[in-house]
Amino acid sequence: MDKREYQWAWLMVLPVVLIVAFSAIMPLMTVVNYSVQDIFGPDSRFFVGTEWFKEVLRDPALHGALVRQIIFSAAVLFIQIPLGIGLALCMPKKGIGVSFALVLLALPLLVPWNVVGTIWQVFARPDVGLAGVTLNSLGLDYNYTGDSLDAWFTVLVMDVWHWTSLVILLCYAGLQAIPDAFYQAARIDGASRWAVFRYIELPKLKGVLLIAILLRFIFSFRIYAEPFVLTGGGPGNATTFLSQSLTTMAVGQFDLGPAAAFSLVYFLIILLFSYVFYLTILNMDREG
Amino acid sequence: MARIELNNLAHQYAPGGDYALQPMQHVWEDGGAYALLGPSGCGKTTLLNIISGLLQPSQGRVMFGDRDVTTLPPEQRNIGQVFQFPVIYDTMSVFDNLAFPLRNRKMGEDYVERRVTQIAGMLGLEDVLKRRAKNLTADAKQKISLGRGLVREDVAAVLFDEPLTVIDPHLKWQLRRKLREVHEQLNLTLVYVTHDQTEALTFADKVVVMLAGQVLQVGTPQALFERPEHTFVGYFIGSPGMNFFDCQVDGGEALIEGHRVAVDPAMAQAAGEAGGLLQLGIRPGLIRTAAAGEKGLTVQVENVEDLGDYELVTGYLGSQKLHVRLEESEKIGSDGLEVVFPREHALLYADDRLVGGGK
Repeated sequence: MDKREYQWAWLMVLPVVLIVAFSAIMPLMTVVNYSVQDIFGPDSRFFVGTEWFKEVLRDPALHGALVRQIIFSAAVLFIQIPLGIGLALCMPKKGIGVSFALVLLALPLLVPWNVVGTIWQVFARPDVGLAGVTLNSLGLDYNYTGDSLDAWFTVLVMDVWHWTSLVILLCYAGLQAIPDAFYQAARIDGASRWAVFRYIELPKLKGVLLIAILLRFIFSFRIYAEPFVLTGGGPGNATTFLSQSLTTMAVGQFDLGPAAAFSLVYFLIILLFSYVFYLTILNMDREG
Repeated sequence: MARIELNNLAHQYAPGGDYALQPMQHVWEDGGAYALLGPSGCGKTTLLNIISGLLQPSQGRVMFGDRDVTTLPPEQRNIGQVFQFPVIYDTMSVFDNLAFPLRNRKMGEDYVERRVTQIAGMLGLEDVLKRRAKNLTADAKQKISLGRGLVREDVAAVLFDEPLTVIDPHLKWQLRRKLREVHEQLNLTLVYVTHDQTEALTFADKVVVMLAGQVLQVGTPQALFERPEHTFVGYFIGSPGMNFFDCQVDGGEALIEGHRVAVDPAMAQAAGEAGGLLQLGIRPGLIRTAAAGEKGLTVQVENVEDLGDYELVTGYLGSQKLHVRLEESEKIGSDGLEVVFPREHALLYADDRLVGGGK
């Protein structure tokens, strides 16, 4: 093989490399650059080494936000994935019901994220909101602006409302792709409904579930707009998640150095978790 | 095991719509190896699904022996079915796949072990029992599907829906031979759906030829070849298919655009009485060249293909096309080919149906 022929390949990918460089790599390098400097102004900056990283990693406020974030993402996955699979199994397989169900499911996904927050802010208000008033008239003392448990509950329900559709749609597509012959063979083999789910549907959904879990984890781990509009992170900092802490630090306090260090740590945590999920699901198959 | 009887069976997918299956009466004898042959969309798979219970016929009854199973679901019918694409349970080992139908029926684990080992031995799967079914080749997967059908001792029949579609050509022979072996050992009724005549003819004792929801002929491969009862059977089976010529009858002879061909007198008479569109059919391989001095029919040769051990001549008799199969040694004259239609091989068809009569 003539080696020179392959030199062309590099030239062909150059446009992509340039676009990615401008859109992702250069901003990221800027952040890396900020994270090791103390910046007072355009002309007065000092190299501080790993100082900001040490500070960020020891910050108790950020530890709190991280713990809340992990609990939130775990709750989201535990609720939305099984619920999504279950509802996808209940969806109609053909007829006009399909289009109807698909449109209905797509609606929450089409609403802009901050509007979702606004909708729920009004919906859940204990004085005028339908949900808030109903809960209180049932004798429950519900007030998401005052009680941190109520705030958590509201944020979670809002996220389930907003995002379960995505899991349902992915699973529904996965289920539709299973050939009829599998169901027919299972009937002939005398398989129960549970066995059909356990041995046919679940294994065939593995691919889409991997995508669903990764997307739901990443989206929920960097959730910002909805709780920001709904609770503003409160009461106190009960629903302050990582991205909101970061925004406060970078835009509110203008601490560019620590915020940059924090961003990088945040990014690495998401990357690490995603990689672990990816490996776990891929390897599930090899055991047993 | 049981004979399977289809009583006045017919099926429409939508009430009042076209018949996917025309009303039919048919018996699958116990222990027979049947092939269901026909072009795509002729109702083969519909018929198969009705037998296995995946589909409820819109009229008529399905009997297994004396038992009316028409309304029974597949799991209560003692039927095995192998589909076009291998259906295996991805996450299970080969052993668990084979054991699945038995475990679903709550058989004891000792029995399951014994039975699975026995069936795996018969299919040549004993070495891969511990492996995950997902990682095997397509032909091994098809054997697993087959094994799941065979593993139940009470199975009345195993149905195959074009099971060799995704198998490599050189493995098709092996798998088909395996099927024959299994058939001989277990003496099961096998029904094998295919649109490939070679598969049908090599696999089956009896072939059922279908077209547009209708059974055209049931017979041994030899009968289908020598005496097709319908022009479609003649055309569909054999490569190339049978030659057909529009004709009239005159006494004991058929007239093809002025050419006289001697046919069986009884058949000619029956054809005259039957009326309708008359056709004369003859296999390309059963036409012979005229001997020296013998009066033959002159064929205008259009094309000669050398197909290895024989030559295929395409030409015209009058304005009607025909194929003739010749030995390689036979020479074609410059003014055309003189051929003879042997009387015993020339068959008459009235409105596509074979006219009854002598040999």
